[in-house]
Amino acid sequence: MVKCPENELIEITKGELLSKCMEMKKSGLRFSQGCAAFWDGRYELSYSFADDETYEYKTLRLKAELDEEIPSITEIIPTAVFYENEMAEMYGVKIRMISLDFRNKLYRIEEEAPLLPKDARGPLK
Amino acid sequence: MGKVSVIPFGPQHPVLPEPIHLDLVIEDEKVIEAIPSIGFVHRGLESLIVKKDFNEMVYVAERTCGICSFGHGMGYVEAIEHIMGVEIPDRARYLRTIWMELSRMHSHLLWLGLLADAFGYESLFYQCWRIREQILDMIEESTGGRVIFSVNKVGGVMKDMDSAMLSRFLDVLTDVEGQIRTIRKVFLQDRSVQMRLRGVGVLTRQMAHDLGCAGPFGRASGIATDMRIRGYGAYGDLDFEPIISTEGDSYARCQCRIDELFQSIDLIRQAVGKIPAGDLSVPVKGNPDGEFFMRIEQPRGEAVYYVKGSGKPNLNRLRIRTPTFANLPGLCETLKGADYADVPILVLTIDPCISCTER
Amino acid sequence: MSAFLNFTGTLLKNLVTKPVTKNYPEEPAVYPERTRGHIEIDIDQCISCGLCVRSCPPRCIVVDKGAGTWTINRFDCIACGYCASKCPKKCLKIVPGYQTPARKKEADTYRKSPEVMEEERRKAAEMAAKKAAALKAAQAKKAAAAAAATPAAAAPVAPAAPAAKPAPAEPAPAAPAAEKE
Repeated sequence: MVKCPENELIEITKGELLSKCMEMKKSGLRFSQGCAAFWDGRYELSYSFADDETYEYKTLRLKAELDEEIPSITEIIPTAVFYENEMAEMYGVKIRMISLDFRNKLYRIEEEAPLLPKDARGPLK
Repeated sequence: MGKVSVIPFGPQHPVLPEPIHLDLVIEDEKVIEAIPSIGFVHRGLESLIVKKDFNEMVYVAERTCGICSFGHGMGYVEAIEHIMGVEIPDRARYLRTIWMELSRMHSHLLWLGLLADAFGYESLFYQCWRIREQILDMIEESTGGRVIFSVNKVGGVMKDMDSAMLSRFLDVLTDVEGQIRTIRKVFLQDRSVQMRLRGVGVLTRQMAHDLGCAGPFGRASGIATDMRIRGYGAYGDLDFEPIISTEGDSYARCQCRIDELFQSIDLIRQAVGKIPAGDLSVPVKGNPDGEFFMRIEQPRGEAVYYVKGSGKPNLNRLRIRTPTFANLPGLCETLKGADYADVPILVLTIDPCISCTER
Repeated sequence: MSAFLNFTGTLLKNLVTKPVTKNYPEEPAVYPERTRGHIEIDIDQCISCGLCVRSCPPRCIVVDKGAGTWTINRFDCIACGYCASKCPKKCLKIVPGYQTPARKKEADTYRKSPEVMEEERRKAAEMAAKKAAALKAAQAKKAAAAAAATPAAAAPVAPAAPAAKPAPAEPAPAAPAAEKE
């Protein structure tokens, strides 16, 4: 009864990110959201695209190491600017060349990477 | 070629119910660029997952927003139920739908009042809020809260509405429908209102799509997307079509929202007609393990709830993408080329909900 | 004509009808029966299990089992009603009546009545005595079993069996003594 009850997850690598985003955009999908999570010692970045006619939901999943630099997708999808700033501020993801970089001051939080577990970079002293 | 100057707008401004700051680059009284900045009311609700278990998070999710609180609770709970494979009773699905539509009505009436206030029609503003009060009374009577309903739980709902209460609500709604019809005339036919709204902040369909606009803001530009069509809750059993307009200006956004009020009344009528008897909730055992992106239609548009559980009582990640977050780029685009005097109205037409956005 | 004076009818009607608002402090506010105003406790029913403490989202409840008290900070309470739905004895209830503003955040403490406390202490003592008796009996059984096992294996070598023998006799006088208390 529910249309498209399941999400589609597509695992991608860092090199594919920009071309996949371009592909999604060209096929007429709307950029719906982007977010970061921390799981198993690595970042899980999600870039979701929604189809406005069929209500499909496709998510690109990129797994990245803590110190890996991720290219920004704002050149292709300008809307992603707030999402990428949020990822950078909340989890400390190193995203390069965001078109409008708030430099960790989107939410004006003093603490750096507040959502990243404190022991993510090795045990606490 | 006039002189270019930058005017700060907000975070304190008479039309803004909540703080957002815009740096407006102005040339000859025309906005040529708007740079938003948020972060005045960030509360860190998403980080609470480390302290609260997934059942308690329902109450935290509800408190994301003061206006669309029911929707946040419902979206979160449905995401958890999807992960855990819980099939909730039919009556609970219908009750959630009825409350969701009541919540949509009160949100839209609030917005219409604020819009009337923004273009200086104070008596219309009070009339809208007077109508809204009747909706709030119904909500308080059935759930116990005026804006924070707290009736959702993982596995169903906690309170019931008996048939006497439902039929009384339908009578009130019939009365409310007549009252909305009179203010609809004022919003859509009054000459002075039209002069403030028509042709202001036009967003074409293509632009709205590229900027990822959601909800009535996108539908006013012709994007026929309404997450309710997906059929979560009891929407799959009800008959409706998304309300769209093609003009994409402020007038169209106002029209979309007013017509959605009638649609909501119609949906409540259908739901009350079809509501089955039965249990309110099913017991839930275990912890969520898995991830899901749940999308529901909030009064302001598509909201996404990303829930990732790891088999423990505490979730690994909860992310709430609110509609205003998606509409901010669209707002900056509509502001370009607008008169400086129209900026307050344009900021209002996306129905900004900043505390939701920052969580 | 339709472009003007659309609101005049409503305005005139509002002018001649009674106000929809209430003259509040003079006229009391009427709340529906489901209003989530504040939490009330039937303290004598409370078993101090602490489920409400653990389920409260803002952690505003404190329970002291020894002193028989239940404390709530009403200014931190978000009136969600989760504690009331979790309570196993159903002694928590959410009732109309909002918390009034005050100058200081103060916690409300409810104390169980002395009779209930006395009763509880008596029951606890009984339970403890029963537990002690059961424990001793179990120990004795174990010792007896050990004693039964040792002679079979090494009876001719060590005189361990006589030492274990008085053990079963011990708990028998101890248990009635505890019950008398």
